[in-house]
Amino acid sequence: MASSQTATRTAWQIEARRVAHNIRSRVLALTLLQGGSYLSQACSSADILATLYTHVLKLGPSLGPLTPPRFVGVPGSPGYTSGGLYHGPHAPEYDRFFISPTHYSVAVYAALVELGRLAPEALAEFNTDGSIVEMIGGEHSPGLELTTGSFGQALSQAAGIAMARQRRGDTGRVFVFVSDGELQEGQMWEAFQQAAFYRQDNLAVFVDANGQQVDGRTEHVMAVEPLDAKLGAFGWQTCKVDGHDPAALAACVDAWEPGRPLAVLAYTKPTQGIDLLQERWPMLHYVRFKDAAERARYEAYLHEQLPLLPREG
Amino acid sequence: MEMVSNPHASNLVAWAKDRPEVVVLSGDLTGSTEIAPFKKAYPDRFFSMGLSEQNMVGFAGGLAREGYTPFLHTFAVFLYRRALDQIEMSVAYPKLRVRFFGFLPGITTPGGVTHQAIDDVGVLRPLPNMTILSTGDATDVESMLDAAQAVDGPVYVRMLRGELPRLFDRADPLVVGRARVISAGTDVTLLSEGICTEEAMRAARALQARGVGVQHLHVSTLKPFDDPAVIEAMAGARHGVITMENHSIIGGLGSAAAELLAGHGIGKRLVRIGIPDTYAHGASRPYLMKEYGLDAAALVAQVEALIGEKLGIDEQALAAVRLDAVNTQDKLEAL
Repeated sequence: MASSQTATRTAWQIEARRVAHNIRSRVLALTLLQGGSYLSQACSSADILATLYTHVLKLGPSLGPLTPPRFVGVPGSPGYTSGGLYHGPHAPEYDRFFISPTHYSVAVYAALVELGRLAPEALAEFNTDGSIVEMIGGEHSPGLELTTGSFGQALSQAAGIAMARQRRGDTGRVFVFVSDGELQEGQMWEAFQQAAFYRQDNLAVFVDANGQQVDGRTEHVMAVEPLDAKLGAFGWQTCKVDGHDPAALAACVDAWEPGRPLAVLAYTKPTQGIDLLQERWPMLHYVRFKDAAERARYEAYLHEQLPLLPREG
Repeated sequence: MEMVSNPHASNLVAWAKDRPEVVVLSGDLTGSTEIAPFKKAYPDRFFSMGLSEQNMVGFAGGLAREGYTPFLHTFAVFLYRRALDQIEMSVAYPKLRVRFFGFLPGITTPGGVTHQAIDDVGVLRPLPNMTILSTGDATDVESMLDAAQAVDGPVYVRMLRGELPRLFDRADPLVVGRARVISAGTDVTLLSEGICTEEAMRAARALQARGVGVQHLHVSTLKPFDDPAVIEAMAGARHGVITMENHSIIGGLGSAAAELLAGHGIGKRLVRIGIPDTYAHGASRPYLMKEYGLDAAALVAQVEALIGEKLGIDEQALAAVRLDAVNTQDKLEAL
């Protein structure tokens, strides 16, 4: 019995690592195709997203078309559809998942491709005119459901949704992906305070603590640490882990106790999986190649070190 | 004139009784926004959100996405100034059914610059999807809940509290998008909003007695601002149009009227009475209305200037004007 469980766990972890690898591979390929992208965000978040999507989240089948529709208008316009369709139906038993820093959209799109919820070709539409596969995605973009690219604004909205779900008696949970840089926004702490006050134990955040923001290292721009102590003092259950270890990330959720919201502090490297990026550190917010020679080195890296891995079996 | 005490307090409790989707959020101003009775009656539908307006607005957006209708209660300044990005991104863009009840519009508070919402309409009017309503009396306050709830999108309300006059018959509720026609006349068209309407009624009565025809409309819907009755009234004014608002002369009713005049090619003069592009200070309402020219006497002076005639209406004459609640539905039929 124990061994079969171990075998199952190992299998999902292998799959999570493959998905994470392919998120990096797809985003690097896109960066090469378009001459720039939010590559370091994909590097730091790939294992978090892969763990959530392949193991932690209980999502129903996607309701979004594999090939995303063109932009038809803002919410309320005829024909408008929410990007949340790609996370499946809203039902009491299913989890909800929201992305706070939508500068990570490219990593989410790549993850959806890996999950078979989005066609690989959809990624090539990234940041092209008329596409909903937007650079800093809106709530119509695949996998997104809230308007959150202005930092620090998702958790409050997710807390409202979690409150509504709690009142209805839904068993599904609400997960929010946030970055460490946006913890500089005061609204985040208003929301942390409020979720603990209302004992919202159906609400969890995963913090991609990559120590990185537009101007460089977070500790030099505006330090946010110690997050563990701060969030603990705010009344959250905290779990500090290696954000590149799927088993450790999942274990945080397994250890979630009733009565408190959960903050998983996932410490990551913004160059994880693409060592070449270390040359550019700490200026990694938006990777744009300087010249043809640099581009060629990344192209070679993609083919030699980071080719797409096929699904096992 | 009938005065009504705290009409919102009891009205909200009665109105929300069979509306389980209605939840009330308080920004630590439960007593000050007259929602203590709601909290007592429906504790499970009352959310204390503390002094965290940005979070309160986002939280409301989340609740609205799940089918609840949050009624936010706090002072107006703390909503549109402190949480504008959240109002735009978490509520207005997704066009959610969130109701912002902003108290202390304009100079209705001695709380000074920090508490006086003198530019809320100007700040919020450009927001797509936003409906902006304003209360001028007890009937407006009582009929506001039905009016706001009928709007499929966010609504911002300039809300009055405390002792309020009943200018309009209880059977004459506020209708979104329609101004109330209070008096008819062809010399001057007068558009008033909020607490200015009582002063405007006083002045209009005195002016009518001196033979000046005043077409007076009470505007409770500041956005959308496209009421054909308003356009017709402005076009028919011999001397010009006067707007009178408890707000900066920039961005509010006066600006909306200017847009409408220009857009319809109506070549009439426009006089904007309001807070004259200045921050105010802490003092009583009558004192500030006099200081900034928002009272009946100031309106009479503007009418005199517009028609080029001195009318000899003094403060005593204005104070002596007796106002009774009007039913503008009856009035419409009589017009």
